[in-house]
Amino acid sequence: MEQQYIDFYKESHTLIKQHSAALMNNFRDAAFEKFERLGFPTSKLENYKYTDMSAPLSIEYGLNINRLQFQINPYDVFKCDVPAIHSYLFFVLNDTFYPVNSTAKQHLPEGVIIESLRTAAENYPQLVEKYLGKLSNEKNDGWIAFNETFAQDGFFMYVPKNVKLSKPVQLINIMRSDVDFMANSHNLIILEEGAKAQLLVCDHTMDNVHFFSNRLTEVFAGKNAVYEHYKLENTNILNTNVSNLLIHQEDSSNVLTNVITLHNGMTRNGIEMIIDGENCESLLCGMVIGDKNQDVDNFTEIVHKKPNSQSRELFKYVLDDSSKGAFAGKIQVAKNAQKTSSFQTNKNILLSKTAKMRTKPQLEIYADDVKCSHGATIGQLDEAAKFYMQSRGISESEARLLLMFAFTADVMDNIRIDALRDRMKLLVEKRLRGELSRCEGCMIC
Amino acid sequence: MLEIKDLHASINGKEILKGVNLTIRAGEIHAIMGPNGAGKSTLAWVLSGNPAVEVTHGEIIFNGKNLLEMSPEDRSREGIFLSFQYPVEIPGVSMVNFMRTAVNEQRKYKNLEPLSAADFLRLMREKKELVEMDNKLTSRSVNEGFSGGEKKRNEIFQMAMLEPKLAILDETDSGLDIDALRIVANGVNKLKRPDNATLVITHYQRLLDYIIPDFVHVFYDGRIVKTGDKNLALELEEKGYDWIKKEVETPVEQ
Repeated sequence: MEQQYIDFYKESHTLIKQHSAALMNNFRDAAFEKFERLGFPTSKLENYKYTDMSAPLSIEYGLNINRLQFQINPYDVFKCDVPAIHSYLFFVLNDTFYPVNSTAKQHLPEGVIIESLRTAAENYPQLVEKYLGKLSNEKNDGWIAFNETFAQDGFFMYVPKNVKLSKPVQLINIMRSDVDFMANSHNLIILEEGAKAQLLVCDHTMDNVHFFSNRLTEVFAGKNAVYEHYKLENTNILNTNVSNLLIHQEDSSNVLTNVITLHNGMTRNGIEMIIDGENCESLLCGMVIGDKNQDVDNFTEIVHKKPNSQSRELFKYVLDDSSKGAFAGKIQVAKNAQKTSSFQTNKNILLSKTAKMRTKPQLEIYADDVKCSHGATIGQLDEAAKFYMQSRGISESEARLLLMFAFTADVMDNIRIDALRDRMKLLVEKRLRGELSRCEGCMIC
Repeated sequence: MLEIKDLHASINGKEILKGVNLTIRAGEIHAIMGPNGAGKSTLAWVLSGNPAVEVTHGEIIFNGKNLLEMSPEDRSREGIFLSFQYPVEIPGVSMVNFMRTAVNEQRKYKNLEPLSAADFLRLMREKKELVEMDNKLTSRSVNEGFSGGEKKRNEIFQMAMLEPKLAILDETDSGLDIDALRIVANGVNKLKRPDNATLVITHYQRLLDYIIPDFVHVFYDGRIVKTGDKNLALELEEKGYDWIKKEVETPVEQ
């Protein structure tokens, strides 16, 4: 399966480079060699044991290396109806950053840059070079190497020292194509010392074809920076998504990541939080609602490199029908990372006999003065609680719904944007009721 | 209102109820007393439709309807209420949400419009006063972190909200101090009307000082072995259950 992409790169690397930025091309050939060596990760690899992508990879996808523009303006067709969210709104169409709407640009605080990675790499080469690929280049992962080989653009956000964004930034990834299509994009997010930003990434699909998206995101949170990253996946059963989110934290920074899969086909989220500073706080949350044949694998790693930081991890899955879930929670505490505290929880509910969940906590602790814990459960809905509700006149289906909703409540509570949290609760409730959970005003999905 | 005829029921294949007969009419208060393991709670479970109990024989008619054919939620909507011996904690479900859902599902069953938010909150406030329940408790998750007394008080609060026709209080007095006992009993008495009935299940006579029963039944080995008035409760308190056991187990001389 790799071979067609290898041949394709050999034939068209000049074209790929021509439509990208020099800084992205710098590591392209090296990434290609790495991909040639590693290939697509298969379930034979320990870290990919529960992610079998052979079915989606057997499909032939089109790629848009010539950067042809689409004839839609997302600012016209997309109406996000998270009430009162008032975000700075940006779009990546397939793999291309859509030119910024002038009103969105105007209101950004002084010094903040949000634009296409490709343009940013050309306009601010020194800034971009300092960060781009610094986390991803070192990874030995077939998907990351593949992304670095083919990604030509992406989303770029820079928040300078002590600048605090008062509104969340919303990035909508839209997949739009008439034929089966693959998109690779590389996002770079930089928060300097004392900066503050919230990013909400929404994944949507517009067409009923097979999509494959491979997103690589690098985040740098400087000293005292506060960053929140929300990923809301609400696509369809034909969609396959591979995301790698790599986050680097410096002293006293505070990072929250909340990854929510409401609807999808197959998803692999690789999340790595590198705590490379003291007194950092890291919170990594996620939630999955799966039914039919949905397949979601959250593979997470928290690396404590320095002493005195704390991390907390919370993932919840509700799986029905023949859906499959996997969770891996790797926590590494380096030898000198004393006084680390790290807590991990993964709880799962299986609603049917055919739903499957695999969970794997993995703690590697080399320091001797730390507080770490982990817990994982797989179970069914609490029958006693259900009966208690029924005995008060609540129907069985409503009781189940209340229990499922309650189960996910603590993940929801870790959404710090009020309007988004309220909206998410509504979407989750609709999803659990089996109603279509798309944003109502969103005409494109 | 309620007629239980020759009821046999088992849990995990073990027969617990061995021929219960009981008739309760509107306006009456019945007390069931008996030693541990006699099957008192099992009877309460059968009435509320707990799926853990399997009815093997007999019938229960509630206001002219076959109770055993109804789902637990429909029994509740028809007016059966069980105050649990061990109320269940439901983390993540707020008391408000729980009660609103319950009240509105009951209203839907009766073809009534759901209560408006304002009306619902007014109703909650009114009923909370009845059981002297702390305001904070209703803003928390259902029973989560409640003390034993608070849980029991919460049961009576729910009963006040739902206004059942037949309230079954399963060991509602256990774990209550004397003040909480008085409050709970007062709540029950205030809810008493000529058109509803109460079935009190208890070990001890002390709750019956506050809730005065019309009938006292002694439950032993899966059935009612003796029925009397409130004085029977006093007699039991004085003599214990042993004399009942002896009376039951001694073959009657022909």
